[in-house]
Amino acid sequence: MNEDVLITGRIGKTGTWFHRYANPGRFLRLVRPALPWLTAFSILITVTGIVWGYAFAPADWQQGAAARIMYVHVPAAWVAMAGYAALAACSFFSIVWRHPLADLAAEEIGPVGAGFTAVCLVSGSLWGKPMWGAYWVWDARLTSVLVLFFLYLGHIALIRAFDNPAHGHRAAAILALVGAINLPIIVFSVQWWNTLHQGNTISITGGSKIYITMLYPLIIASLGFYLSFITLVCARICSAIMERRTRGLLLAAAERAS
Amino acid sequence: MNLTPFIDGSYGVTVIFLLGISLLTFNRYRRAVKRLRAVETR
Repeated sequence: MNEDVLITGRIGKTGTWFHRYANPGRFLRLVRPALPWLTAFSILITVTGIVWGYAFAPADWQQGAAARIMYVHVPAAWVAMAGYAALAACSFFSIVWRHPLADLAAEEIGPVGAGFTAVCLVSGSLWGKPMWGAYWVWDARLTSVLVLFFLYLGHIALIRAFDNPAHGHRAAAILALVGAINLPIIVFSVQWWNTLHQGNTISITGGSKIYITMLYPLIIASLGFYLSFITLVCARICSAIMERRTRGLLLAAAERAS
Repeated sequence: MNLTPFIDGSYGVTVIFLLGISLLTFNRYRRAVKRLRAVETR
């Protein structure tokens, strides 16, 4: 706990900003005006990335035109994993600080993340058939991403499974935190086991094994997918806050009337 | 092997998902704004 809390009984400077923005009302006031801009940017960048990858990116010397699937498969995989990391972070904040915004965010991240994971699995399967001769193999990378998809589904189900929403949020938060162990397994699966799935091509620390004419559309498509994910989650959180506020006002009006 | 169905299928699934979830989210957002406004101005 922050030392200032012990001394003065109030939350001190350390992390104050963080707790300040965990307020749903403040989040709504901040994010609502930014939503049209976020939407416009995400549409523009996602459409650019998808059209560039589909129509203008060069074919691979080995895989031919099938390599174009990379421009939707890889961004979807990255967003699926980043989404789960965000879900685990929200669950941590929910368990430690009981931030109501963290609970709302976790509830809204689940379906969007599951959708991106499904896109990753389907596009990967459609890439696998012409390259490996099979839509599916029980390879470490594929299986760990399938587990990620099931974790998302489990989280979606568990968070809505209780009559008391607080119980659902707590149980789902524990599942999300335990499931976070799957993220390093997905990332390193291609190094730890012999997999049919190719190894990591992109590296943040340098040494990427991809030519620049393929890297640019991949970066644009990934940026577009990340922005789309953020926009969708923010819009869904705003909707959830407004729905909750509407319910509260209706309840208060009903109590006044009775 | 004709690769077009696999490429088009991947892009098709992605575009349908992105359009679908965007429309659902937009409709939910618009409905939430409308309902809150109606309750607040009651």
